[in-house]
Amino acid sequence: MRKSRAMNLGTGLFVLLGFAALFFLTTQTTSSGISFHREPRYRVIAKFDNIGDLKVGAPVSMAGVQIGRVAAIGFDSRDYKAVVTMRLDAKYNQIPTDSDASIYTQGLLGGKFIGLTPGGAETYLKNNDQIDFTQSAFVLENLIGQFLANFSKNSGGGAKSAAPGTEKQQ
Amino acid sequence: MNQTSSIIEIRNLRYAAHGHPIFEDLSIDFPSGRVSAVMGPSGTGKTTLLRLITGQARADAGTIRVAGSSLAELSRDELYVLRGRMGMLFQNGALLTDISVFENVAFPLREHTKLPERLIRQIVLTKLQAVGLRGAAELMPAELSGGMGRRVALARAIVMDPEILIYDEPFAGLDPISMGVILRLIRRLNDALGLTSIVVSHDVHEISSVADVVYLLSGGKVVAQGSPQELHSSKSEIVKQFVGGLADGPVPFHYPAPDYFGALLARDGDS
Amino acid sequence: MFADLWMGLVESLVRLGDIVRFLLRLIAQVPRALPRFQLIIDQVYNAGALSLVIIMLSGLFVGMVLGLQGFQLLQRFGSEEALGTAAAIGLVKELGPVVTALLFAGRAGTALASELGLMRATDQLAAMEMMAVDPIRRVVVPRFLGGVIAMPLLAAIFSLIGIYGAQLVGVQMMHVDSGSFWSQMRASVDLADINEGIVKSCVFGVACSLIAVYEGYYATPTAEGVGAATTRTVVTSAVVVLFLDYLLTAFFL
Repeated sequence: MRKSRAMNLGTGLFVLLGFAALFFLTTQTTSSGISFHREPRYRVIAKFDNIGDLKVGAPVSMAGVQIGRVAAIGFDSRDYKAVVTMRLDAKYNQIPTDSDASIYTQGLLGGKFIGLTPGGAETYLKNNDQIDFTQSAFVLENLIGQFLANFSKNSGGGAKSAAPGTEKQQ
Repeated sequence: MNQTSSIIEIRNLRYAAHGHPIFEDLSIDFPSGRVSAVMGPSGTGKTTLLRLITGQARADAGTIRVAGSSLAELSRDELYVLRGRMGMLFQNGALLTDISVFENVAFPLREHTKLPERLIRQIVLTKLQAVGLRGAAELMPAELSGGMGRRVALARAIVMDPEILIYDEPFAGLDPISMGVILRLIRRLNDALGLTSIVVSHDVHEISSVADVVYLLSGGKVVAQGSPQELHSSKSEIVKQFVGGLADGPVPFHYPAPDYFGALLARDGDS
Repeated sequence: MFADLWMGLVESLVRLGDIVRFLLRLIAQVPRALPRFQLIIDQVYNAGALSLVIIMLSGLFVGMVLGLQGFQLLQRFGSEEALGTAAAIGLVKELGPVVTALLFAGRAGTALASELGLMRATDQLAAMEMMAVDPIRRVVVPRFLGGVIAMPLLAAIFSLIGIYGAQLVGVQMMHVDSGSFWSQMRASVDLADINEGIVKSCVFGVACSLIAVYEGYYATPTAEGVGAATTRTVVTSAVVVLFLDYLLTAFFL
């Protein structure tokens, strides 16, 4: 019977360890899931022309410091814009209402995140406020298109005939 | 249930394994309350007969009735109920190697009953006492000698108080003392518990001292039957060969083979 | 030549059908095996707790290799911060379930197959039948369930240790920023990725345990037969796991 007790103990420890690992994976390696110390937060929305591949859970930062996360992404079918809902930590409650939200890329191939640049207004963002000044994600294809267009403009006739379509589109 | 004197009746049994016919038209009655022995040369299907009687294998044709019910008509569950009335001692004991002697004997009780631990302990110790191994209760099967293992298996086989007890080669590979112990146990258990014993063996002298009835199998048929004395005084060639242990006789020395000289002279691959 | 191939194909189909029918037999006995919970716990111990050390060690080393290789690769694109993401996704979705299943087949699967094969060879299974105890219910189902329960837990432990292994190399040795290692991981690993890993390891658990108990239960009752059954367990499990992994990955895409 003693052997069986030790075995049960071992099994119990193993199962506990397994579920702890599973729990850790679901909560700590993902942004969804439950977080332990739920700090008070407030919601702010912003509309973008194009959010690129911004994902729910992406960080929202100001001056490089993370102050919140993207909570939801929707689509406004009246003005054809992406509606991004952000949850900002309540302790950062002095963000001017005329701040500017831009979508940046982490590293060259990293994920997208939202960076806030403070404006000069005296009033601060409150729960469910909207950020009006936004700048879309920069999409690599557009950038290349632009680059080619500039390139053909600057280098004169030869390049112009080489990429006529590109220029017309611009 | 009509009160026949035969607890197991085999009628016109036919059975083939891997295309080789083993039994053709075999009929045997095992009388209840007696020790019956099934003897025969190796390879005549003695063990197969036990597998058929216990429902581990199904007959191709013919009927086997055990305690009044025909095996072929039983469902799996009904077969298990019937097996609850049988005990079987396997050739090498077949003890469960991962549990102790005590737990081995207690195994059927724990599986089939909800008896309190105290009662299980009493029953198990009684049965172990009957085979003289109460002192070995806490040993593991690997720590037992062959003879002791078989005695433990015997204790396990009788723990549910079966009506039929089947022994498959109970003497194989035992020293004379262990053999004597097993022989005494077969007789004692049969008489004390009032059960029917079937012993499969080819040890002529041991069987002669314990069996009430002997069936001699050869070539898939019963070639002789009767008391051990009757068999010893039989005039039949095959009985004489078997009981006397002669190399040659009706049971040939050679396994069936193509012509000897032909096989020796044949080139590779065309025999 | 073609006839041989054809016969081989038919043979494999027959085997597959036989294994699936065995699975159905097991499932039918599960309700009757469940009340004997202690038997299942013992098998979770055998399949899970006893495999823990090998799983943890392998997880650590696989994670460290992933950290090193991932770092070398990502450095070329200047995005070392994505190391956490790369390691976590790779481990949780692929390496965790697959490597765990392969190790499981080698450690627990062979143990199961040879144990059952020996029980067959020493008439223990027949003895149980004679004691009116169904060996499928008493012996096979608890072992099968033990494996099925243990596999996802082992895979989770493997992935977790692997992520720490990658972190050890990436953050401690290669000086990737610890904050971005974890925050990028959190930002880009979805619950769906983890679900994929869990589903995979559950499927692998069923497959590996089934193959092991099947091979053991139907092993030829000789020393050679048990050895062959053990070998077949590993080989079949490995091929089946990799094949199922492809199917499941395609399915989740």
